[in-house]
Amino acid sequence: MKINDAIWGALLLLFSVAILIHIQSFPNIPGQNVGPALFPGFIAVGLAICALALIASGLAARRRGVEQAPWIGAEAWMRSPRHIIALTLVVGVNVFYIRFVDLLGFVPAGVIYLAALFAAFGVRPRWILPLALIITLVIHYSFYKLLRVPLPWGLLERFAW
Amino acid sequence: MAMSSAWAQAFVLVFDPYNLLVMVVASLFGLFVGAVPGLTATMATALLVPVTFFMAPIPAIAAIVTATAMAIFSGDIPGCLMRMPGTPASAAYTDEAYAMAKKGQAETALGAGLVFSALGGLFGTAVLMLAAPALAEFALKFSSFEYFWLVLLGLTCAVFMTSDRPLKGFVTLMLGLLVACVGLNNPAAIPRFTFGSIELLGGIGMIPMMIGTFAISEIIRYAVDTNPPLRIVDQPIGNVFKGMWALTKKYPVQILRGNAVGTLIGALPGAGADIAAWITYAISKKFSKEPEKFGTGCVEGIVEAGSANNSALAGAWIPALVFGIPGDSITAIVIGVLYMKNMNPGPSLFTNNPQNIYAVYLLFIMANLMMLPLGWWCIKVSKQILKVPRTVLMPVIMLFCVVGSFAINNTAFDVTVMLIAGIAAFFLEASGFPIAPAILGVVLGGMLEENFVTSMIKSDGRVLAFFERPIAAALGALTLAVWFLPLLLRRLRRLAGIEVEQ
Repeated sequence: MKINDAIWGALLLLFSVAILIHIQSFPNIPGQNVGPALFPGFIAVGLAICALALIASGLAARRRGVEQAPWIGAEAWMRSPRHIIALTLVVGVNVFYIRFVDLLGFVPAGVIYLAALFAAFGVRPRWILPLALIITLVIHYSFYKLLRVPLPWGLLERFAW
Repeated sequence: MAMSSAWAQAFVLVFDPYNLLVMVVASLFGLFVGAVPGLTATMATALLVPVTFFMAPIPAIAAIVTATAMAIFSGDIPGCLMRMPGTPASAAYTDEAYAMAKKGQAETALGAGLVFSALGGLFGTAVLMLAAPALAEFALKFSSFEYFWLVLLGLTCAVFMTSDRPLKGFVTLMLGLLVACVGLNNPAAIPRFTFGSIELLGGIGMIPMMIGTFAISEIIRYAVDTNPPLRIVDQPIGNVFKGMWALTKKYPVQILRGNAVGTLIGALPGAGADIAAWITYAISKKFSKEPEKFGTGCVEGIVEAGSANNSALAGAWIPALVFGIPGDSITAIVIGVLYMKNMNPGPSLFTNNPQNIYAVYLLFIMANLMMLPLGWWCIKVSKQILKVPRTVLMPVIMLFCVVGSFAINNTAFDVTVMLIAGIAAFFLEASGFPIAPAILGVVLGGMLEENFVTSMIKSDGRVLAFFERPIAAALGALTLAVWFLPLLLRRLRRLAGIEVEQ
């Protein structure tokens, strides 16, 4: 998804102005000429200059011809429902994991995570669950047992092995 | 005598059985990651970090050095057999190698990739061994003024080397520097941009961010990839070492030039193996006696660019070890690992713990020597590797990333950081914003601010003080020249009435 420079520029300009306003609340260090706001302030000003240049270049590109510089450029995947679902799931399973891993525990969450993606990418249906289960258990063993990472047990707390 | 005992210690560290085992496993991992299109050498490094987290310093570095060297070589394999580079570093000569494969010369193309990769790696290592200690001695005299300019020059270089539109590079650089500002870790120790979050006080985790930027974004790219599956050129591959000596005798200038330019580009901050390969391939064509053969399946460019990308890998470690300024995105991650292992980069690393530095040299030499037999074996089994279904592989890698990001601090917050970084990197790159400047900004932001603030306090706010020491003045002038010279030249050309190319 190629977004026109002018849109990026406008967003970045807003962002840099927000930073410039926010850093006014940083305290000064008594007896020093450089406070904690100075460095982010410089960067925000730099970003604002770049943003203005981006707006200019994006608008110039549109003046030269709308066909070459749409506001948002369509790519092949945006017309393919299968790929849009895949993209949504790639992001979705991670949000699901972050939100529910403590509640469900790593093993159930991991199986759901992998199974959803296998399905989205087109793994043969009868392989989806067995593969998801085996791979989740292997990752769990490697990190929980070998590297001693405290992956949450969640629902399986009573059966912890 | 101190030096020889440090070398002896380095040998003990490297030839320790555990370390050798790590190197073999990392080699296989690197060869696999490089050979699978869509998995990059930088991604291999990011995936290794959670595992190296639990290792002693030298095995941790060994894993990264070996895996990346192998991955940059094995990226040539799918380029040659499927016309799809395994890593971006092979993209420059993928068409060339594929054309050779179609003519029935896959053997020679892959052999040249293997042998001259190893040679390039060894050349880069030799330069690293000579240049790094000399630079370190020089750098011992540096004050905050010199470091400020050096970091700024490095960041500038990253902007101009990694994109054809420096404006977009500057944008991502600024975003990276802003990310580095988050948290308590600033000279005044004031919480900035934390919005009351306790997790943000410690700053945005570098490792989860890198995993997101280099691994998650690739998986998103895979998920939306609409290209049809690729077909493998099916032909028997015999002895890949056949004819390599003849090539060495035929192209000595190309090999030397590829190695030298590759190492130099590697050492320039931000630009790594991929840019080294593009530039050396172009140089090779320009100076070739038979440039018309380029693109039709001619080995000359592969010899030069194939050695350049591996020499760049070693070259990138020069500024990383001496100044803590990463030469490419791999060493950007390595610097994070060095800090975690209490091997903080800088000139004192060379004086206080020379055995560790010598061990790094040895690791590079070993990795490039191991590449010959292991790479030969990898070419043999490459058709099996290329058949591994990516539909299964990609989800598994992503779950591995999730667990790996969690493992660094055992917090789910880092998984969120990883996801956001991955999505941001995907969209920025899709709109033509380069990612390398952002990564360098994050890695170097703290150092830039610290040296800036220290210098400002020392000089009582006088900006001229930044130019009063001779080396600082030279570095400062150079930085400003890189910034303003292109603009000035364009203005002059316009004044002179010469048409400016758009």
